[in-house]
Amino acid sequence: MTLAAAITGVGMSDIGRKTNRPAMIHLAEAARRALDCAGLTKGDIDGISTYPGKADNSPGMSPLGTGEVRNALGLKTRWHSAVPDGPSQMAPIQVAAMAVATGQARHVLCFRALTESSSQTATQRASIPGAGRARLGGWYSYLVPAKAMSASNWAGWMAQRYFHEFGMTREHLGLVATGQRAFAQQNPSAVMRTPLTMEDYLGARTISSPLGLFDCDVPIDGACVVIVSAADAAKDCAQAPLTIAAMGAALGSQESWDQRPDLTTMGAHDAAADMWTRTDLKPADVDVLGLYDGFSIFVPYWLEAMGFCGHGEAKDFIAEGNIGPGGRFPVNTGGGQLSGGRLHGFGLLHEVCTQLWGQAGGRQVDGAKVGACGMGGGFIAGSMLLRRD
Amino acid sequence: MRPLPELTPENTAFWTGGAKNKLLIAFCGDCQHAIHPPQLVCPKCWSEAVEFKPVPGTGTVYTFTVNHQPWMPDMPVPFALAVVDIDGASGVRVTAEVVNADPESIAIGQKLKVGFFNIDDVWFPQWEPAQ
Repeated sequence: MTLAAAITGVGMSDIGRKTNRPAMIHLAEAARRALDCAGLTKGDIDGISTYPGKADNSPGMSPLGTGEVRNALGLKTRWHSAVPDGPSQMAPIQVAAMAVATGQARHVLCFRALTESSSQTATQRASIPGAGRARLGGWYSYLVPAKAMSASNWAGWMAQRYFHEFGMTREHLGLVATGQRAFAQQNPSAVMRTPLTMEDYLGARTISSPLGLFDCDVPIDGACVVIVSAADAAKDCAQAPLTIAAMGAALGSQESWDQRPDLTTMGAHDAAADMWTRTDLKPADVDVLGLYDGFSIFVPYWLEAMGFCGHGEAKDFIAEGNIGPGGRFPVNTGGGQLSGGRLHGFGLLHEVCTQLWGQAGGRQVDGAKVGACGMGGGFIAGSMLLRRD
Repeated sequence: MRPLPELTPENTAFWTGGAKNKLLIAFCGDCQHAIHPPQLVCPKCWSEAVEFKPVPGTGTVYTFTVNHQPWMPDMPVPFALAVVDIDGASGVRVTAEVVNADPESIAIGQKLKVGFFNIDDVWFPQWEPAQ
C-alpha cells in the first residue's frame, strides 16, 4: 500500500545561534527555498500545517502560528492545522499527508520555526517546559516540580536504565556524536562543523548523567519548510515525488516520560512497529535514515524500534560502523540535531529528502532510493518511509 | 523558585498527603488498580470510585540521573533524580529528587524511603536511602 501523498519540496533557512533575526524572516527564507525546490509558486500553496502552533510555554520554542504565516506570506489557504498533541514533531507532516489524500488541499506548506537560541538568557533557559509559570498542569507537573526540569533529565534516566540492562557505555554514544559530526563537516549548513574526537566527547561536562554536552542537540534559530502534495499534483513538480510509503503514529503508553513500563523502549517502538505493518518494504530496503537525536541515546532506541537491530543490540550495531559515514545504514547524514542544530526533526526529514533527490554533495549516499525517518523521544513518536520511484 | 504543580480534584491528595506524613496513591475502589498520575476515573475499568490510600512510603530505584546543569538561578547542583517503583502500589512510579545522599552513590535497585518538603500548599515527596 502507498499513500496518495508525496513530499515535493524542502527548504531550510540559514540557521545559526543568536542570530537575532525574527522567526518570520527565517520562515520566509525557508518557504522561498522550498517553493523553488518544488517548482511551485506561493499561489499553488492551499494548505498550511505546523507543530505545535504558536506557543509561549518555552521561549522561542514556537514563535509562529498558522494565521500569522498565512498573513505574512499572503497565502490563500483552504485548509490549515496546528498540532500540539500528536505523533511528535512529525504530526504536521502526517496530518498534511492525510489532508491531501482526502482532497482537502493540493500542496501543503508544513513548517517548523524556532528562535530558541536568541530567546535564551542567563535566567531563562528555553528548554524548561512551563518556565516562568506560577503553577504547572498536566504531565509536566509530576516532573518539573521534582526538579526533573529538562528533557535532558528524562533522557538521562532512560539512558541510565538502558546502560544498566544492556551494557552500553558512553563510548557507544560517543560514536553517535562523533559520527554525526563527521557528516556535519560535509554539510555547509550545519552549525557545528569543527572536528569532534572521542576524547573531546568524553571530556565534555556532564549535563545529566550519563549524558554530557555532546549528547544534547544544539538550540538554534531557524526554520524549515516541507511541502506535502497530493500524489497526482506531485507529478507536476520540479523534483521526482518522494512517495510516502507508510507512516506510524502510535502512542502505546501513558503520556509521561517516567511511566512507560520498560524505559529501554519508548513511543518510537509503537510507531515504527505500526509503520512496518503498512508496507511491503523491509528495513533492509532502507538506504538512508533520519532518526530523532534530541539526545544521542534516542538514536539506538530508534534503530531498535525500526528493526535495524534487535532490542539491546544497538551498541554493537553502532560499534560495527553501520550508522556513520560509509556505513550500510547511515543515520543523520547532515549532522543531525547534535551537530546541525535542533529544528525539531524537520531538519532530519529535510536531509533524508535531499539524499533521495541525490543533492547531498560530499555526504551523498550513492543511489539512495528509500529513506526512513523517525521523530520524537519519550512517549511521542511519528515515523515515515519515503520512496523515490 | 521551584515551579509548583496546580492542585486539581484528581491530584490534591497526592500533593498534600505529606502534611500528615503520608504518601497517598490513587486506587480504583472497584478493581483495585493503582493509578498514577492520579485520575478521576479508573483507566482500567472506568469506575468513578477512585480513592486515595496511604502506601508504606518505601520504594526501589528503577532508574536515575544525576543532574549537573544549573537550569535556574539559585539551584545548587549536582543533585540526583530517581524514578522510584513504589511499594504497595503495583506499577506506580514516582519521579523524585533524592536527598541526604551523595548523588553519585545512587544506584538502580537501591531501596529508598519517602519524606516531604513543604512549599505553600504543596508537600513534595523527596526520597532518601532507606538505611
